[in-house]
Amino acid sequence: MKKYETLLKDLAPQKFNKSGVLWVSVLVIIILIGIIAYIDQIIKGQVVTNMRDYALWGIYISNFVFFVATSFVGAIVVAVLRLTKNEWRTPLVRIAEIITLACIIMAGITIMIDMARPDRLLNLFLYARMQSPITWDVIIIPTTIVISFLLLYYPLLPDLAILKNYYKKEQPKLSKWYGRLSLKWEGNKKQKSLQEKSIKIIALLIIPVGFMLQTIDAWLFSTTYRIGWDSTNMGAYFISGAFVAGVAALVVVVYIVRRTKKLENYITDFHFDKLGKLLALACLIYLYFNMNEYLIPAYTPSKGEEIHLTTLFTGSYSYLFWLVTIVGLILPIFFLIFKKGRKPFPIFIIGVVVVIGSWWKRYLIITPTLLHPFLPIQGVPETWHHYFPSMHEWLITIATLAMALLIITLLVRYLPVIPIQRTADEQALLETNKNAAL
Amino acid sequence: MKEKNNNTRRNFLKKGIALGAFTATGLAITSFYKDEVEETGEKVKLLSPKGEIVEIDKAYVKAPQDLHLPISSEKIREGFPNRKFIMVIDLARCKNALQCVDACNKHHHITGKNAWLKVYKMQESKDTAPYWMPSTCQHCDQPACVTVCPVDATFKRRDGIVLIDNERCIGCRFCMAACPYSARVFNWEEPNQGEITMNLDMNHSMPSPEHAGLPSIKGTVDKCDFCPHQIDKGELPHCVTACPNGVFYFGDKYEDTVTNGDETVRLSKLLEDKAGYRLMEELNTQPSVYYLPPNNRTDDFKDGLENYNEFQSVKKQEES
Repeated sequence: MKKYETLLKDLAPQKFNKSGVLWVSVLVIIILIGIIAYIDQIIKGQVVTNMRDYALWGIYISNFVFFVATSFVGAIVVAVLRLTKNEWRTPLVRIAEIITLACIIMAGITIMIDMARPDRLLNLFLYARMQSPITWDVIIIPTTIVISFLLLYYPLLPDLAILKNYYKKEQPKLSKWYGRLSLKWEGNKKQKSLQEKSIKIIALLIIPVGFMLQTIDAWLFSTTYRIGWDSTNMGAYFISGAFVAGVAALVVVVYIVRRTKKLENYITDFHFDKLGKLLALACLIYLYFNMNEYLIPAYTPSKGEEIHLTTLFTGSYSYLFWLVTIVGLILPIFFLIFKKGRKPFPIFIIGVVVVIGSWWKRYLIITPTLLHPFLPIQGVPETWHHYFPSMHEWLITIATLAMALLIITLLVRYLPVIPIQRTADEQALLETNKNAAL
Repeated sequence: MKEKNNNTRRNFLKKGIALGAFTATGLAITSFYKDEVEETGEKVKLLSPKGEIVEIDKAYVKAPQDLHLPISSEKIREGFPNRKFIMVIDLARCKNALQCVDACNKHHHITGKNAWLKVYKMQESKDTAPYWMPSTCQHCDQPACVTVCPVDATFKRRDGIVLIDNERCIGCRFCMAACPYSARVFNWEEPNQGEITMNLDMNHSMPSPEHAGLPSIKGTVDKCDFCPHQIDKGELPHCVTACPNGVFYFGDKYEDTVTNGDETVRLSKLLEDKAGYRLMEELNTQPSVYYLPPNNRTDDFKDGLENYNEFQSVKKQEES
């Protein structure tokens, strides 16, 4: 019984320490600056960005695609690993669910930042047209938000009930909140079977919904005629890219959470080893679709494709392109092949690199294509021939990233990041198995 | 049955023309009973709502406050009945005089930095001849922009014209990404059209997609509108009338006639004789704008270079 108590003590949410408070304050300041920049954008119009008639989408859109991609981690880690009965996922699922929820909420917000008339948001519902890929997005993003929330919430119920009792004496207020959120969970048979069924349904649902979300996101681009977007490869390309971004983000968050919450006994080298293999698999699949996306058009390029690919391979975007491809994708595969590369710290560094690479990868998907329209760019100021984000765009985009991190931080602060009940159950099972073996 | 249908259509058309004439006079009967007005003795013929010609004293006739129908009006979204507007651009005659661009900018009150109508300096490959190519919105019959619009702000009318409802546009710019002809421009900031907006406000005029650019609205998309406001008056689009070289032909495909103001020709014959083509036919967008290839040119390509400015299509206000 003592064991259960230490378990509870280890896994129950802890107050922020000094660096935690500092971290949250920095995030809040960044977000406030971003909000000010956004208000300025609303007042002056999108002229404050560096987007113009040719580079008509910029980092708001690539950042949106990044958030959508990263939110895929829930579908992969929770649902796919569940279906394939990979038991090692237990201490990682909740973190994956938290990342998914935070990212999909932020995806919804970022896409609105790109809208030049957010005051007409309701038009999307009043005059919705089914043939527009944006309408598909309007349907799939809220759906994903709801399902991601439920996927986080249902498995939390027993833990919330545990926390209600745990904090009863010390922090009665907090205890009350956990009590309310636990929806009168007692852990009786009826509740358990209902909960199990619900989780099963949601976990099954998140797979098609996640795939649809990524694919619709890809179709935003492939439904146009533009060179570099008009590709049948796009759906699978985006799904595999999301696999990479999601797992890499999970690696990074898991490492930081483990360190700050001192969970080394629960999230072990074994888990990082598994995560490393999963990330290597993701990168390999993505590399394959990258080859389809770039090398096959390069083999029989039309004139437009040749211009586009030349810009990426040797032209003005070549530094970024090769950095993202080699450092952000190929080198990680190489390092992850070795067991040493899958140790916690090396894989954390690899994860950070891959996440940054994933962000810039979206930039490379969006921007160069727009700067190579079918008719030549003429009759517009010289600055319209290029695109690099303005200060407003950076401030707002960094604020959205900070907001995602803040959501993750707060959820990690108040929720048990490792499922308490399930860990206890699994450990009990281990004990009984041991006894049985003896 | 078919004949009957045709009959009603013809009647409808007749009425439409009469109504058109009625609006063209810019007059309407207002406030019959409210104000006492002294009769002038001068009579005016007008069309009554029942379709009869009536005669009333001029004193009762006042200019209406609102010439344009409300923006969501079905009439604007449907377009002119039984018409299919098309344009033919004769590249052999274009020498980059830019009168079309200036006229278009002026009459649509364009204040941005990207004109709706631009003359491109084109050259397909190193050894082929360079030429000047005016490019408008192609008013495609399968418009990619309309397909992707999430709110039905940009729409295709039965008369072939593609327009934008700037009161509905949410500024997502998907239509701009979808358009392969780069025909669409965006109001990145307050268009600052000064007097135009003020006058419209004073007249309580509703902005209309039929005269796009009047006024332009921040955060929405604009583009060449094929000048329905001119067609409504029985006149040709501004670019057609402004061109000193007769490059632009405008007309009705159903009538198989196009005119550049000086000469009126059979569309089918013109396209056949001069081997007309459309831009990017392979994309299957089905444009309403045809091009005649630049052969047997009267002028040297180089003469146009004088006017060419790679980085400007809308002159600054001081210059114009």
